[in-house]
Amino acid sequence: MGGSDMSGHRVIIIGAGPAGTRAAQTLVRAGLRPIVIDEGRRSGGQIYRRQPDNFTRPYSALYGTEAERARDVHATFDALIPHIDYRADTLVWNVADGHVWASCEGQTQAIPYDALIVCSGATDRLAPVPGWQAAGCYSLGGAQIALKAQGVAVGHRVLFLGTGPLLYLVASQYAKAGADVAAVLDTSALGLRLRAAGKLAAQPDLLWQGLRLTLDLKRRGIPVLTGIRPVEIHGHPHSGVAGITVARGGRTWRFDGDAVAMGWHLRPETQVADLARVPFAFDAATRQWLPVVDDDGRAGNAVYLAGDGARILGARCAEVTGELAAMAALADLGHVADADRRRALLAQKGDYVRFASGLAQAFPWPADMVAQVGDDTIVCRCESVTAATLRASVGAAHAQEANRAKAFSRVGMGRCQGRYCGNAAAEIIAAARAAPIESAGRLRGQAPVKPIPVALRRTDV
Amino acid sequence: MTSPITHTDVAIIGGGLMGCSAAFFLAQRGLSVALLETDKVGRQASGTNFGNVRRQGRPIFQLPLANRAIRIWRNAREMLGSDVEYLQSGHIRVCFRERPDNIGKMEEYAQQAREEGLELELLSANALRERFPWLGPDVLAGSYSATDGHANPRLAAPAFARAAARLGAQIIEDTQIVHAEKLVEDFHLTAADGRQFRAPILLVTAGAWAGKVAGWFDEGIPLTPRAPTMSVTEPVPYAIAPAVGVMTPDEVETVYFRQVARGNIVLGGSTRAASYPDDYRSYVLPENTMTQFQHLSRLAPALARLNVIRVWSGIEGYTQDALPIMGPSARVPGLFHAFGFSGSGFQIGPGVGETMAELIATGATDIPIAPYAVNRFGG
Ligand SMILES: Cc1cc2nc3c(=O)[nH]c(=O)nc-3n(C[C@H](O)[C@H](O)[C@H](O)COP(=O)(O)OP(=O)(O)OC[C@H]3O[C@@H](n4cnc5c(N)ncnc54)[C@H](O)[C@@H]3O)c2cc1C
Ligand SMILES: Cc1cc2nc3c(=O)[nH]c(=O)nc-3n(C[C@H](O)[C@H](O)[C@H](O)COP(=O)(O)OP(=O)(O)OC[C@H]3O[C@@H](n4cnc5c(N)ncnc54)[C@H](O)[C@@H]3O)c2cc1C
Repeated sequence: MGGSDMSGHRVIIIGAGPAGTRAAQTLVRAGLRPIVIDEGRRSGGQIYRRQPDNFTRPYSALYGTEAERARDVHATFDALIPHIDYRADTLVWNVADGHVWASCEGQTQAIPYDALIVCSGATDRLAPVPGWQAAGCYSLGGAQIALKAQGVAVGHRVLFLGTGPLLYLVASQYAKAGADVAAVLDTSALGLRLRAAGKLAAQPDLLWQGLRLTLDLKRRGIPVLTGIRPVEIHGHPHSGVAGITVARGGRTWRFDGDAVAMGWHLRPETQVADLARVPFAFDAATRQWLPVVDDDGRAGNAVYLAGDGARILGARCAEVTGELAAMAALADLGHVADADRRRALLAQKGDYVRFASGLAQAFPWPADMVAQVGDDTIVCRCESVTAATLRASVGAAHAQEANRAKAFSRVGMGRCQGRYCGNAAAEIIAAARAAPIESAGRLRGQAPVKPIPVALRRTDV
Repeated sequence: MTSPITHTDVAIIGGGLMGCSAAFFLAQRGLSVALLETDKVGRQASGTNFGNVRRQGRPIFQLPLANRAIRIWRNAREMLGSDVEYLQSGHIRVCFRERPDNIGKMEEYAQQAREEGLELELLSANALRERFPWLGPDVLAGSYSATDGHANPRLAAPAFARAAARLGAQIIEDTQIVHAEKLVEDFHLTAADGRQFRAPILLVTAGAWAGKVAGWFDEGIPLTPRAPTMSVTEPVPYAIAPAVGVMTPDEVETVYFRQVARGNIVLGGSTRAASYPDDYRSYVLPENTMTQFQHLSRLAPALARLNVIRVWSGIEGYTQDALPIMGPSARVPGLFHAFGFSGSGFQIGPGVGETMAELIATGATDIPIAPYAVNRFGG
């Protein structure tokens, strides 16, 4: 039996990344034995993803500048294992009525909680680009996972498209690993970065890292273009990517390649929070809907959010907000709170918030590009819904927001449940109505968080 | 500033399939109509249901209404000018091994249904599996209707509303009626924002919310708001034409499924949760999803290999005897009801709209509606 302290409090943490690790550590220190659930086979989360058992690459090769942090997060988690109820390889597919529904190897159970700390991390934020349905188009995160977990590149000659720090990071990780990086194509103009420099200076070493990455790519002779618009990814749904054409001003460039890794920064993975009935509010800076939490991560109804699953503040801040959320849960369960520690953590978080607002300014989501995407372009890859079909659901069928457009056009109706097209669909709907983006709403989350087999069976009744 | 009062021949409260199809057929008969909908048309039960266009299994006395509806479904594309994805691909009702007495019931039902023009073919376990090899070994017998099918609920009511609008009906969305009363000749309706609507005839098609509306006329009907459990799998190659359902007295066994042209299997049934009409909310209880999977796997074991990508539910009003309230008010002249469809209103929906339009326009209909009288529960 796990999940409770001597007073019988049952706390569940979802996610064993940096946020979940620090949350668990904080609870264990206070004498609790939390349940920690992660669908991954090994702890570490996204950035500190561990390699498979039989791989032996050193930390420095896997995590670069973040090697020490990775080592620390891993060691912390490993030391916690005897003191927690750790359920690896276990997916939380639903939350209802004070219970987490967790599934593992075809079996599922409803686990009750007195406090639920959701540290579910982020996923890539994608924008539709003509031709992106071709085989060989990956998300930046997917491309990075292939490299980190398996040590393989997604192609022989890889094109990097999008914006944000991850664009440069993954491109340089590929270059370092010996892959052929054909070009780095950034939709954000360089000038924005200069204007955001003040905010980015809130984390001087991260700012410095970012500059070094760009210099490194240029030093390797890799073309790095900023302020571009993708015109088209060339290729074929089956034979795959052949190259890309991008434009800036009146000029166009064509680069050949057999894979594209694309991403426009990240979006919080909020499905679990949504099912736990956490309210959402529109965030104008990132043009997306975010769960509403207080400074410490309280979301109400005994639910707490931490890490990138609440808001994209990065891996380092995930450690801070993980601890904060656990402290909030403890305080709400009647434990004495350490006010000094809390103040110090909130101050650290403040710096990361400032840095994140700098990133949002330097690497904006290309709202206009998405809103104006050509009619033939596929918006929802799961269901092959084109921009024309989506626009028709707004025009002829009078859909005014995302859920109605989904009902009519199937946008967001596939297995990713709109994670990858929801943001773009909202831009297109709003533009088609000449209405503000927030009026397009957000796709409501529905269970399961990820697909579950019809063969899944309950084993706790 | 007060906005002008809207006057029409008929006012309709509730823009589900019942209200939208009634608006269409009333407009077709030349009456002026204002259809008032709290949110957007066809978003509640009519937009979230399973999509079964099934006649078999309905009470025999309901078959004339169901037959009227099936004729409309068949012509829907032409009549409405847009596709509602009606597929007349058959419907099978099966019973499980532990309930052999159901075979006799199926035979009896098939005989009576034939007299109402619904042909059903009874199939033994072997004959069934020969034709539908994906049925499981627990299936004992089945009754096949070649002329039933399924349609896309997300498209149906909005398609009727758009067609009604083309005929001149006013489809007024984002308009919640908070009060209605009859003063002299006219019903006076007030929206949440104060707008006024007047008509000598009022039709209540407010679904699970209708008990409240009827209550304004002292015709309170207890409706239990419930939420049937739905799921959909990832798409797989199209292979299963008919919709399939289980005949059983045990609610937990009542699973059903259909495959849509896109390839996904939509499944439903087993149990129903509570729903919350005042909040416009319904939730799927995970425990219901689990019993649904369990019984579906008995019905069609191969489906257990698929993954479910989404679950959902909707808000439906159930009466005590699971039959709708349909017909004129017992108290107020000019007031008509069509609500409380108790989980099986989708198939008959267009027939309900046409019948209510006929009743309102002509004062009579040949469709038997006595079983649905509003005062049948007494009070
Ligand atoms: C693909 C990708 C690549 C990234 N690469 C980098 C990078 O190279 N450098 C960098 O600085 N930042 C990177 N980031 C951002 C970085 O991952 C985050 O800032 C950091 O990992 C946040 O930590 P976290 O604890 O909030 O979440 P994560 O580290 O993402 O951990 C979340 C954990 O929750 C688990 N989980 C989520 N939902 C469920 C569920 N329903 N059931 C069970 N378990 C669940 C996941 O398996 C995961 O282990 C990347 C993000 C993504 C999405
Ligand atoms: C999940 C589910 C599965 C189902 N499966 C099937 C099936 O397979 N086959 C089948 O035949 N039937 C099925 N049903 C039943 C069927 O969906 C319903 O019987 C039918 O749709 C009812 O239609 P309606 O127009 O009466 O109600 P609704 O579609 O609910 O419409 C009522 C409308 O009235 C509006 N309203 C209420 N009060 C007011 C007010 N004061 N002012 C303005 N507007 C108001 C509401 O907003 C709503 O839009 C299912 C139902 C559900 C929920």
